[in-house]
Amino acid sequence: MTVSTPTKNGSEIQTTVDGGFGKRSIGQRMIGANTFWIALVLLALIIVFTAIAPAEFATLFTFQTLLIETSVLLVLSVGMTFVIITSGIDLSVGSVLIFAGMVAGKTMEALSPDGDATKAGWGVITAGLVAAVVAGTIWGLINGFLIAVANIPPLIVTLGTMGAALGAAYLLNNGSDVRSVPTELNKTLGYGTSFGGVPNLVLVAVVITLIGAWLLHTTKFGRYTYAVGSNAEGARRAGIGVTAHLLKVYTLTGFLAGVAGFLSLAYYASTTISAHTTDNLNAIAATVMGGTSLFGGVGSVLGTVIGVFIPAVLKKGFNITQVQDFWQMIAVGAVLIAAVWFDQRRRRRRNSR
Amino acid sequence: MSELLLDAQNLVKRYGSVEALRGASFQARAGEVTALIGDNGAGKSTLVKCLSGAEQPTSGSILLDSSAVVLDSPTTARRMGIETVYQDLAVAPELDPAANLFLGREIHRKGILGKLGMLDKKEMKRQAVEEFQRLGVTLQSTDVPIGSLSGGQRQSVAVARSVVWASKVVFMDEPTAALGVVQRERVLDVIKKVRDKGIAVVLISHNMPEVLSVADRIEVLRLGKRVARFTGADTKLEDLVAAMTGALVQEEAA
Repeated sequence: MTVSTPTKNGSEIQTTVDGGFGKRSIGQRMIGANTFWIALVLLALIIVFTAIAPAEFATLFTFQTLLIETSVLLVLSVGMTFVIITSGIDLSVGSVLIFAGMVAGKTMEALSPDGDATKAGWGVITAGLVAAVVAGTIWGLINGFLIAVANIPPLIVTLGTMGAALGAAYLLNNGSDVRSVPTELNKTLGYGTSFGGVPNLVLVAVVITLIGAWLLHTTKFGRYTYAVGSNAEGARRAGIGVTAHLLKVYTLTGFLAGVAGFLSLAYYASTTISAHTTDNLNAIAATVMGGTSLFGGVGSVLGTVIGVFIPAVLKKGFNITQVQDFWQMIAVGAVLIAAVWFDQRRRRRRNSR
Repeated sequence: MSELLLDAQNLVKRYGSVEALRGASFQARAGEVTALIGDNGAGKSTLVKCLSGAEQPTSGSILLDSSAVVLDSPTTARRMGIETVYQDLAVAPELDPAANLFLGREIHRKGILGKLGMLDKKEMKRQAVEEFQRLGVTLQSTDVPIGSLSGGQRQSVAVARSVVWASKVVFMDEPTAALGVVQRERVLDVIKKVRDKGIAVVLISHNMPEVLSVADRIEVLRLGKRVARFTGADTKLEDLVAAMTGALVQEEAA
């Protein structure tokens, strides 16, 4: 029998009556989680915008475009979730995305007659995908090596590779975008739909997110990710290869940035360098808003999904209700700071016990 | 007298020109709490590091179950059934007690999903609850992060983690140093339960009344050597202090 007394902001202190091993009910656990509150925020936003502009906001088309526009960021943010749970950070994902897209574009051009990849077939497209993924993974490995093996703080390492990857991407095509992208790729992965209206781009992002959630929440890899972020020294003493694990986590994030680069290329039919320069911050903001703690050890993929949608819904909603969407930036900033503030209060309360 | 489990003979450890251990000997017996005491700098920590695989002695031999062993890493020591509870809690505060208990020794699911790295959380939780109950560790809940528990409960989980996996020897370096009175009693109770399992418990402590209350045997280290041995029942506080400060010397190590 467990009696719980909810404290001011949701998490509870429990007193056990029979000295047994109480299991908290799902309701209690939800109230204790940051994710729950941020999900409420998202729900409230959807309800408000639906109420203001039911005819425009609550339409299939709005949700389709909303999902498509968040797909690329979602893939980046899933990787970011792993990194932040290890109490690290990866500022380079946006640049790696651009670099991977650029490498894929250049590869596909190089394999096509006259350097024009617009009419290229699936063989060339596959080569492009492999190139993007390999390029992303290599940057991830570089990050991981410098952080885990050379012990340089992640903030500095990824700040460095953020600039380096972007510079390398500019060098590859003399500072301009690659625009000859296979029409076939743009038509299927970029704009195509399956199962009666589900955009293919979204399908890919959903599958990646589900795999990420599975990896984080049910496997040993995920368990070690939390352990390393929670107490790296303790994890080391427990026999966990902390260095190897961090290397894997940053490599995974680079790999996902590579995939995201290819998805972006498929959707925009261009490398769109200038559209991705703040992707890193957007991914970090989404992850942190979703309840993943910058101090490590806490976080979930579900939270990140919600965190990705809050800025997107705000933007869409402001557009539809004809509020200048610069307000979105201000609103997202406020929500982000509030989320971190809550997280810190939770920690301070815990540490004072 | 119970069976001699761990027998370290004439251990020497040099760090450059500093001699932390100068021929220290140490013995621990199955089903007994052996306290290792000494003033600061006596070499207690170094000795424990050598015996738990964290450091390698420059010379000397370590016998486990009367056969010579080389403990070249903590992992090797763990594999031989030697566990260590660290002074600063080596638990992951964001993980729940069961996850902490099985940290680094996770149980996988059966079949293909297990091969893919999927964990059997239910089984781990079930075994964890069983172990906690057996050791008398009471927790409010098994699915809260361990960081939200009190210091005593956290330390109890840390102690439980070592003893569940230890088949032979458990080293506890100041396990109660950071705890209040009630919490300290709780941890000491766990220590007694572990001893009753037939494991050799080695307790490193500065707290003399605590040592006298739980230890079956006391070994005193001074300037890198063992200088005295007592049995718990007929030891007076003055003798311990005398041995620690050098006023009393029972044995001259070779």
